[in-house]
Amino acid sequence: MTATDPSPNHLQLTRDGQLRHFLTLDGLGRELLTDILDTADSFIEVGERSIKKVPLLRGRTVVNLFFESSTRTRSTFELAAKRLSADVLNLDINTSATSKGESLSDTLLNLEAMASDMFVVRHSQSGAPHFIAESVTPGVAIINAGDGRHAHPTQAMLDMLTIRQHKSRFDGLKVAIVGDVLHSRVARSQIRALNELGAEEVRVIAPGTLLPRDVENLGCTVEYDMSKGMKDLDVVIMLRLQKERMEGALLPSEREFYRLYGLSQDKLALARPDCIVMHPGPINRGVEIESAVADGPQSVILNQVTNGIAIRMAVMSMAMGGQMAERQQKQIENEGIRA
Amino acid sequence: MNASQQHHSASLKITGGTLFDGSSAPFPNPGLLIREGKVAVLGAAALSANADDVFDASGCVVSAGFIDLCCNLREPGNGQKGNIATETRAAAHGGFTTVCASPETSPVNDSGAVTHLIREGAASRGVVKVLPIGAITRGLEGDMLSDMAGLKSAGCVAVGNGSRGIRNARILRRCMAYAQTFGLTVMFSPENQSLAADGYAHDGQVATRLGLLGIPEVAETAAVMEMLLLAEETGVRLHLSQISCARSVEMLADARNRGIQVTADVAMHQLAFTEAALAGFDSRFHVRPPLRSEADRQALLAGVRSGVIDAIVSQHQPHDSAAKQAPLPATEPGLSSIESVLSLGLKLVAAQELSLPRLLAALTGGPAKVLGCTTVLSEGAPADLCIFDPDGHWAPSARTLMSVGHHAPLMNVELPGRVKLTLVNGQVAWSDTE
Repeated sequence: MTATDPSPNHLQLTRDGQLRHFLTLDGLGRELLTDILDTADSFIEVGERSIKKVPLLRGRTVVNLFFESSTRTRSTFELAAKRLSADVLNLDINTSATSKGESLSDTLLNLEAMASDMFVVRHSQSGAPHFIAESVTPGVAIINAGDGRHAHPTQAMLDMLTIRQHKSRFDGLKVAIVGDVLHSRVARSQIRALNELGAEEVRVIAPGTLLPRDVENLGCTVEYDMSKGMKDLDVVIMLRLQKERMEGALLPSEREFYRLYGLSQDKLALARPDCIVMHPGPINRGVEIESAVADGPQSVILNQVTNGIAIRMAVMSMAMGGQMAERQQKQIENEGIRA
Repeated sequence: MNASQQHHSASLKITGGTLFDGSSAPFPNPGLLIREGKVAVLGAAALSANADDVFDASGCVVSAGFIDLCCNLREPGNGQKGNIATETRAAAHGGFTTVCASPETSPVNDSGAVTHLIREGAASRGVVKVLPIGAITRGLEGDMLSDMAGLKSAGCVAVGNGSRGIRNARILRRCMAYAQTFGLTVMFSPENQSLAADGYAHDGQVATRLGLLGIPEVAETAAVMEMLLLAEETGVRLHLSQISCARSVEMLADARNRGIQVTADVAMHQLAFTEAALAGFDSRFHVRPPLRSEADRQALLAGVRSGVIDAIVSQHQPHDSAAKQAPLPATEPGLSSIESVLSLGLKLVAAQELSLPRLLAALTGGPAKVLGCTTVLSEGAPADLCIFDPDGHWAPSARTLMSVGHHAPLMNVELPGRVKLTLVNGQVAWSDTE
């Protein structure tokens, strides 16, 4: 017996397959993902102009709803919205409403009363953007800026854009994701995107305590030994290791983790010579990555940040476009009924 | 016939349909006469007897009333989630005539005074029989023994720790040894709290994909093993509440073969759904123990078919809407399920996963055996029964549900099995007037 439609698409896609929310990469096909990458490509050029604005979201209000603190993601979303000419409101909910005991539903009702057009949501609980998308008034777009351990779809897409820029393709690529996969929403979205876009192999490299149960089902292979796992790699993605992981007996020490799973120049030498090095940031130098690698010629970490703005512009404009198209469609239908 | 008429009629004749008396195989109803709250005649003689009212049960099943070993009535203390009046009415709507009331109330049912409060509430406002389960530790905290002898004399039929485990094995052992002194059955939901940690979903492929915090199977199986060994040593009668894993069923069967006095139940939603129900972050299916894999579901069904699992329960947990209106990890666990148990069971029968006699036995004779009583619908027995139309339909909705909780497992979906009449001591507890 199935209780609900397991695919999230009824929620995030319009009837004709356009984005109206951006919650997860689950269920989005290769064509749509490529569309996002192509749209982002066209926005990269905007960032290189002296006047870095396009009027796609003029007159629209975008609310950055961050229930969990973030500097990089929030500022790139803010810049992206401003470059699309939207009005932006930044709300750090951590320190306001919810700490006064207001429920998420009540916070949302208040924000909707301000006639916002889009919420960019970061939340520590998996599924929070889904919940918000299900509860908001039709016409308001929800963009997931990271929820719990579930998904970080804009981060994964900016990583895909970075890979495409350097490798110009996904077919045949061997990609490894190294480190704390268990707690990582980034890794879950990356594995999904790489599989959909046709990468040949996605490997996760981590000790057993940092891997979720049956991780292979996500579409990856598991390697415990990093020196074996580095072989033939085209792309290596390092994940951030949170310091508090030592406390729950997941790891003995940062030193042992760095020795086994940190990306040093020696380990990088085992990959293909043109292997690129990525990291969603912020970096822990000397914990998951050696400084010389992070700043070295194979590192594309700063490209990722630049691409983050373009991807977020693409997703925001596409979701707003989907919402507009749906609204027009409904208007036409209503007029049809009246006539 | 409507409820008020029936209340005043001293006798009722039920004709036609199939009769399930709670123990033997179903047979055509030879005629059933109810007089002064009891089964007066069961047999052809009933047909010729005079009665104030006649109920034509053609096409229906006349069954011994269902018994629920795990139900939360939310009284005392949680009026926004439900109360004895609303939740016993919901039970009657589901065909139940007896429910065991969980000790997880506020205050906790850990003293004779609270037990009396529940029994008085049930007598004045309840429409089905309410059997309180006492808390085995004070405040369900798992630290100190409750006054079990006092609970027993106040009317508790068993003692347990609600949905909370007991962290300390030494205390668990003493709980069992003390309960055994008074011949009390102990009821535990097996969960090792340190292994379950902060989890709220089955540690399997859905939780991995959605990034939900998992409760591994071993959180249950380790606790089952510990409890079986302690029950064997202390000689207590152990009842395992709401098992969810295939391995638990195996261990249970082994323990029975070794002669350990152990019984078990499973929640109907564990038989009907799997972890897949959480895809889309549907917070209704945030239940504890969590919905597990299809292999686990199959093993649980096999356990019910073979009788290793004695009873099917509702694990009814009504909530106010705010408790479920939040991102899944922030919601409270539990379904408003007691009105849907029969319908979900009939869907399993239709899918040939369970036979109708086995389903009914797990809702009547099975739970009665756990409680150490019999419920056979026979001459002289209390007239606790339900009459349902297996081919009739209904759709759970805010309008049709009697419970305060509107988070039934399937909402606004046509379900098979419509309860036409529920009698408790011959009194109408539910009558389908539509």
